[in-house]
Amino acid sequence: MEHIRTPKVENVRLVDRVSSKKAALGTLYLTATHVIFVENAPDTRKETWILHSQISTIEKQATTATGCPLLIRCKNFQIIQFIIPQERDCHDVYISLIRLARPVKYEELYCFSFNPKLDKEEREQGWMLIDLSEEYKRMGLPNNYWQLSDVNRDYRVCDSYPTELYVPKSATAHIIVGSSKFRSRRRFPALSYYYKDNHASICRSSQPLSGFSARCLEDEQMLQAIRKANPGSDFIYVVDTRPKLNAMANRAAGKGYENEDNYSNIKFQFIGIENIHVMRNSLQKMLEVCELKSPSMSDFLWGLENSGWLRHIKAIMDAGIFIAKVLVEKDWISFGHKFNHRYGNLDGDPKEISPVIDQFIECVWQLMEQFPCAFEFSERFLIHIQHHIYSCQFGNFLCNSQKERQELKIQERTYSLWAHLWKNRADYLNPLFRADHSQMQGTLHLPTAPCNFMYKFWSGMYNRFEKGMQPRQSVTDYLMAVKEETQQLEEELEALEERLEKIQKVQLNHTKVKSKQSEPSKQSGFSTSDNSTANTPQDYSGNMKSFPSRSPSQGDEDSALILTQDNLKSSDPDLSANSDQESGVEDLSCRSPSGGECAPSEDSGKDRDSDEAVFLTA
Amino acid sequence: MEFAELIPTPRVDGVALHRPSHAAVEGTLCLTGHHLILSSRRGGAEELWLLHANVDAIDRRRRDPGRILKQGSPGTPRPLVRAQCDQYNCWLLHGGFCLSAFMSQTFCEVLRTLRRALSTLDSITLMYPFFYRPMFEVVEDGWHSFLPEQEFEHYSSATSEWRLSYVNKEFAVCPSYPPIVTVPKSIDDEALRKVAAFRHGGRFPVLSYYHKKNGMVIMRSGQPLTGTNGRRCKEDEKLINATLRAGKRGYIIDTRSLNVAQQARAKGGGFEQEAHYPQWRRIHKSIERYHILQESLIKLVEACNDQTHNMDRWLSKLEASNWLTHIKEILTTACLVAQCIDREGASVLIHGTEGTDSTLQVTSLAQIILEPRSRTVRGFEALLEREWLQAGHPFQQRCAQSAYCSSKQKWEAPVFLLFLDCVWQILRQFPCSFEFNESFLIMLFEHAYASQFGTFLGNSESERCKLKLQQKTMSLWSWVNRPSELSKFTNPLFEANNLVIWPSVAPQSLQLWEGVFLRWNRSSKYLDEAYEEMVNIIEYNKELQAKVNILRRQLAELETDDGMQESP
Repeated sequence: MEHIRTPKVENVRLVDRVSSKKAALGTLYLTATHVIFVENAPDTRKETWILHSQISTIEKQATTATGCPLLIRCKNFQIIQFIIPQERDCHDVYISLIRLARPVKYEELYCFSFNPKLDKEEREQGWMLIDLSEEYKRMGLPNNYWQLSDVNRDYRVCDSYPTELYVPKSATAHIIVGSSKFRSRRRFPALSYYYKDNHASICRSSQPLSGFSARCLEDEQMLQAIRKANPGSDFIYVVDTRPKLNAMANRAAGKGYENEDNYSNIKFQFIGIENIHVMRNSLQKMLEVCELKSPSMSDFLWGLENSGWLRHIKAIMDAGIFIAKVLVEKDWISFGHKFNHRYGNLDGDPKEISPVIDQFIECVWQLMEQFPCAFEFSERFLIHIQHHIYSCQFGNFLCNSQKERQELKIQERTYSLWAHLWKNRADYLNPLFRADHSQMQGTLHLPTAPCNFMYKFWSGMYNRFEKGMQPRQSVTDYLMAVKEETQQLEEELEALEERLEKIQKVQLNHTKVKSKQSEPSKQSGFSTSDNSTANTPQDYSGNMKSFPSRSPSQGDEDSALILTQDNLKSSDPDLSANSDQESGVEDLSCRSPSGGECAPSEDSGKDRDSDEAVFLTA
Repeated sequence: MEFAELIPTPRVDGVALHRPSHAAVEGTLCLTGHHLILSSRRGGAEELWLLHANVDAIDRRRRDPGRILKQGSPGTPRPLVRAQCDQYNCWLLHGGFCLSAFMSQTFCEVLRTLRRALSTLDSITLMYPFFYRPMFEVVEDGWHSFLPEQEFEHYSSATSEWRLSYVNKEFAVCPSYPPIVTVPKSIDDEALRKVAAFRHGGRFPVLSYYHKKNGMVIMRSGQPLTGTNGRRCKEDEKLINATLRAGKRGYIIDTRSLNVAQQARAKGGGFEQEAHYPQWRRIHKSIERYHILQESLIKLVEACNDQTHNMDRWLSKLEASNWLTHIKEILTTACLVAQCIDREGASVLIHGTEGTDSTLQVTSLAQIILEPRSRTVRGFEALLEREWLQAGHPFQQRCAQSAYCSSKQKWEAPVFLLFLDCVWQILRQFPCSFEFNESFLIMLFEHAYASQFGTFLGNSESERCKLKLQQKTMSLWSWVNRPSELSKFTNPLFEANNLVIWPSVAPQSLQLWEGVFLRWNRSSKYLDEAYEEMVNIIEYNKELQAKVNILRRQLAELETDDGMQESP
């Protein structure tokens, strides 16, 4: 490939950032899709794979006596440091990676070359796994109040909306088109979620182009139509997710928010979720804290607080407590979330990148922590989705809208992540989930009191490559193993009962039966602990100079970095040791929210995406 | 006649109990000699029993007239109405609740009586354990469950370098040591007496832990009384050198910073000079003590109970409390000790000033890391007996009051709670390696502060002897170790793990112990349900396992019967 200046560098060292262990010596390879590091140690030949699309930043550090350090931060929060003996080699790798990590064409992305050896039919099935019309059917749509509209056929009205949209029955095409003209990027109010028990619904749209005084009759009729679609209610809440100040500032640009005087029966509310620039900086700050080398407790807590990340998470949770349904596909993909801009898969404006989906995923995790029995999937599921949003291994998260995805023929040319996750679903199940559990009955009831302490730092995500920091034994894996054994026991019990019955019958007939005695199955020791890790102390001496930090060499903490080429490997019985090995190329990356350094002054900038308003009919 | 019957038992109806994130409970408040009881008279679920010793402080709230549950006809929901009422905050060890009732003479009277009762708690022999009569049959007397001789047997098979010494039989050599201690075999009692004179509080170095894998040991002691002129004691040097193998070096972990240790010399204390202990390398760690810990706890509990602040202030308050900093420091030191023993193959002597607080935190945590037995229920109980009770941690002083204590007594400090918190942190990182669960640790925390059992009374073995606790009170272990109680405290995930477990001490790995600090502020309903579900999954598995085994046996028997009938 023309961008690779040097395909192979020998005698490179991979620095272990957590323990004081000696760096591993090996060979670094650059391929069209991955950075691969193969250790020299003959017994392991351990491999570390980093997908180019996961690379967030590459930093060449000052050359030292031992060589030239190269620091790679990945979008999935992995941080890797190589030391390359020759400055020249290091430069070549650096220049190559800068180019490889920022492809300019979609076609360069990994998903277009990724081939899991599935036939066409399987691939198509993968894309059909999530059927939006089924989702709407589940909500009880269409019905007397809501109908499927073809107004956006061929993306005529709004190119960032899907073609199939639900709107109130009483909203005519005239009203919709009129309303769309009054909305930023023509994102008119459309149904997001319908709660059939009480006809309440959630609609969403972009900000109105109200400026200081403009109004639009059709838009007012549109909101009225939404209100009427819930016969039980005489008003709707209009929830503006921005801080009020931002919304007001937007008026000067001819945008703004709905004036309660012009719309009959609306109740207006600001939620105060900051814009993408604030969020990007916040995540950046938090990751810097995660990256600190042996921080003190105060460093950590101060840094966490100053990043404001958990405050943003809380703001989002407060706003979205009831819409945080885990309908990733529907809520995020079909409705024109600007995946490409926000995730920086292609080279583009760094200011457009923002961790909105990371925040959504984290909000789901925060809910899981509070309602451990209410989710069918486990933390690993979320982590793997986060990984693949950036991996570009599957086509799901490419482009900025359904329209773009269709134009690129994503479904014909790439594979669907959902099929991959579904295939390995056993790895992602929450053993505590029970469909009949009370926590599953309806809505999750979060306390209304401002219980800030409920929102915690998610080290399982942001420090997930620092295995040493994670709990060394996984309750989830243990319980999954127990459940699996239980299932086998159930089967064996049945077989034994059958055989017993048969023998008793046969004995009555005085017939000899010879039956092979089954081996007593060993009570399996559920392998949940990564013993090698458990057996390796960290550097506890800190900066205690008098204490020799002669670290033991046995035991290995980054088994997660071993990657198999088998991208779709089946479930690993000892997932706790390699929990991130879900698919081959996973693991090597990390992230910092974005390539670009954004000047603080830009924080106040306006963002087109966080200006979406959410309408609720109460 | 019981003491409790000597005082009147005032009661008042229509008292409401308010807790954050919980529905208010209304019932009758009743005060007995040792308890505060709030009974809704609707089954045991809504009954609150509190030992007076559990109550840290009571203060009257005036600013808010508050809402009170109105008496309604039985069965109908009781609407909340605003009414003039009295409200009292009742602060417990780590949180609190509010009691409210219509203004009345009796309500004030009850609370006054409670306050009076709290002020008489200082007299140990009037405390509840001396009046408590167990309702259960004592199967095993906990006072005899963990005898030093038995503990010694655990390693006497592996080594002959140590012996039991009865030099402290009458508590004459060291008042805070038990009558029996383990010392190097080559050191006679006469030498021990001399060493005792050279160590703070007479606490000469004794064996705390023997690492069977490589024969390395943890010893603990008080600080050496070197003073400003660098006093030395040949017997002391001989004693600790006696624990080293030929050519080996050891580590002395001083739990104070070098600065503090140097200052201690002015007061007659000090530390081991390299010149006199050439085979030992000294490392200073800085673990806080006394009022600094107490203030940390007060700040932490305050932050946890503040319902008004926003996310940011929560984190900065958590940070400002320094609680997790203390946790990190203690854990790090314990890990360092374990690393010296297991990885460096070096013995360790640990002391701070007295050797009754931070020293014990470190020696006991190091054992949890190193020794699988101390992660079992029995082993952990034995550890508490050895390293906390017998080792002379002044429970009575340290646990007299908790986060709401008004008297700024300098000897109150959450030393034991910090230790339990550290154990919880390790348990969280190794959820399958402990035989006990979080509830066990919380139970121990509560009994250390207020209990019907005598186990945590007194400041040392000698005090416990004088109080005749063994005769006059019940041991906590007699109650806990009954199968019906134990089942609540055992970890369903436990799988014996014979390895040394190395916890992470990174800030990202340490968390606030919500089970203790947020327990009064958030409902644990969903977490409890999850725990229950986990137990169910494992119980069902065991049940099936048993059934399958029975059938297998039956089948095997039938098949052999069958063979016998055929063969003759």
